[in-house]
Amino acid sequence: MTPARPRPATPPLARLRDGRLIAGVAGGVADHLGVQVLWVRITFVLLGVTGGVGFIAYVLLWILVRQERADVVRTLPRGERQQALGLAALAVGGGLAAAALGNTAVGWIVGPLGVALVGAAVVWREADEAQRRRWTAGARFGVASGGRNAVLRVVAGAVFVAVGIAVFLLGNLQMGQLQFALLAVLATLVGVAVITVPWWLKLVRDLGEERRERIVSSERAEIAAHLHDSVLQTLALIQRQSDQPREVLRLARGQERELRHWLYGPTGYGRGAAGEPVLDSGLADAITVAAAEVEDTYAIDVRPVVVGDRQLDDGLRALVLASREAMVNTAKHAEVGEVSVYVEVEADDVHVFVRDRGIGFDPLDVPTDRHGLADSVHGRMTRHGGTVRLRSSPGEGTEVHLRMPSDGAALAEDRPNTTQEAPT
Amino acid sequence: MTEPGTEPIRVFLVDDHALFRSGVRAELDRVAEVTVVGEAGSVDEAVAAVRHVLPDVVLLDVHMPDGGGAEVLRQLRPELPDVVFLALSVSDAAEDVIAVIRAGARGYVTKTISGRDLAEAVRRVKSGDPVFSPRLAGFVLDVFSDRPGAAPPGDPELDLLTRRERDVLRLLARGYAYKEIAGELFISVKTVETHVSSVLRKTQLSNRYELSRWASDRRLV
Repeated sequence: MTPARPRPATPPLARLRDGRLIAGVAGGVADHLGVQVLWVRITFVLLGVTGGVGFIAYVLLWILVRQERADVVRTLPRGERQQALGLAALAVGGGLAAAALGNTAVGWIVGPLGVALVGAAVVWREADEAQRRRWTAGARFGVASGGRNAVLRVVAGAVFVAVGIAVFLLGNLQMGQLQFALLAVLATLVGVAVITVPWWLKLVRDLGEERRERIVSSERAEIAAHLHDSVLQTLALIQRQSDQPREVLRLARGQERELRHWLYGPTGYGRGAAGEPVLDSGLADAITVAAAEVEDTYAIDVRPVVVGDRQLDDGLRALVLASREAMVNTAKHAEVGEVSVYVEVEADDVHVFVRDRGIGFDPLDVPTDRHGLADSVHGRMTRHGGTVRLRSSPGEGTEVHLRMPSDGAALAEDRPNTTQEAPT
Repeated sequence: MTEPGTEPIRVFLVDDHALFRSGVRAELDRVAEVTVVGEAGSVDEAVAAVRHVLPDVVLLDVHMPDGGGAEVLRQLRPELPDVVFLALSVSDAAEDVIAVIRAGARGYVTKTISGRDLAEAVRRVKSGDPVFSPRLAGFVLDVFSDRPGAAPPGDPELDLLTRRERDVLRLLARGYAYKEIAGELFISVKTVETHVSSVLRKTQLSNRYELSRWASDRRLV
């Protein structure tokens, strides 16, 4: 079997050992999130300047996050070291300046932002691989190309944040600080929540999807258990009836069919993956069920080959029944142990070929009391706009070609017709 | 009955079910044109033994531990281009069939086949013609179709079937033998064999299969 190509996994959070500037924290965070190191460093600097949160976060990460393994080697591009040094200097200088000015007001804004960031970090840690990949993909997609809605969302969020800051600054001049401080905090949090709406939506959707997957897999487990039981039962029955070859054959064939159907589905493409539309009650399934009935009732081998699939409509239902009649005809009259069934689904119509290598017959010579083929097959097909073509000759087998337009598409001719050819 | 002067075809069996191997051996021993020259029950055993014994045809199971029939093909095809591999499996799922054909098997038959038909398939595959069961023909038609979900053709040489090839494949899927196809299309049996070989080559080399949606859904690439 061809092995699946492995997808690159998100590396776990670890501080860089090789290629670090101070403690490799920014590099480690950047690798883990899959963003450029520069952005992470700028974030740390900004948070550090405005109230010292950045410094605290950096030190905490330094202490709590372990260093990566010693065997990873990196090469730093030349400008990066200078860039990082510059940012670090900026952070230190800016922090000192802010401390000198004694402006603790900005701390009220940064505090809730810090809380929101911690919350996001916790959610990120708890998420698994697939979710993280989906979120980062969705982030890039949603923010960069989300169109008007995304832009409106971001603007609304930013407005909230700005209002929060403005309210606080105004309030700082005269009235009770606490009131306005609370307002500012609230506005900031609301702003952050608004900007991150797509992430909330994704979270909810993920929960729903997980529940659905769990239901599907528990259903499959139930069916598998039922199947195991029926296989065991069949094997026990076969041992008991081992002196009746016909019974044994019928039991074994029936069980083989059931197991194959469960493993590989009616067309051989298996139970589909999550996105695959497996038509449980489509044409392929219906033909397979009809073939199974004929096999069981008439002790003849039928292994249908189906290419394509389609939902059943009235015409196709008639086609399935007509095909079944043709198979039964072979079983009753052809005196042969096997019949081939081939179903091809094309864009406008569906073809079914029922063929055997039995004794054959002369179609022009059918006694008038043998109505089976004529009435049930021809009648069914023509009532829904399909055609039937029959080829047979004594000693050379029989082939029945049934054709049904699907979705009510009309045939080229005005009235449906049937033709019987004498073979050349 | 073997004609005087022709040697029987030397067949090697690879399958991890010992009971099945002895069953196939017993059936093939009844046919004079074919002799079983060895068996193996795992990928490593098979690779070592085939290198040593150098049979004409290898009957290869698909589902085995450590990579299965495809792994045996991958290891042996480059160094033994004259040995022909015929896949013999209980599964008739599209993934298994197409995967092992693309790995280099010249044909695919299911284990429900009779001993006589199996010997015929061995003979056919030894003389260079691929063995296409109706189901395999159906799968190949689906890969190269224009159905929604199928991939667009990239290289017209490899990714499209000619009308004749499609006709031959369709007749194969309907259960016709090569002689009957020749009679139906008014061409010679040799021409039919040529068409089928060409279809096999395209199935093995075309990338359309990889791009088709259902293959990528199952991450079969």
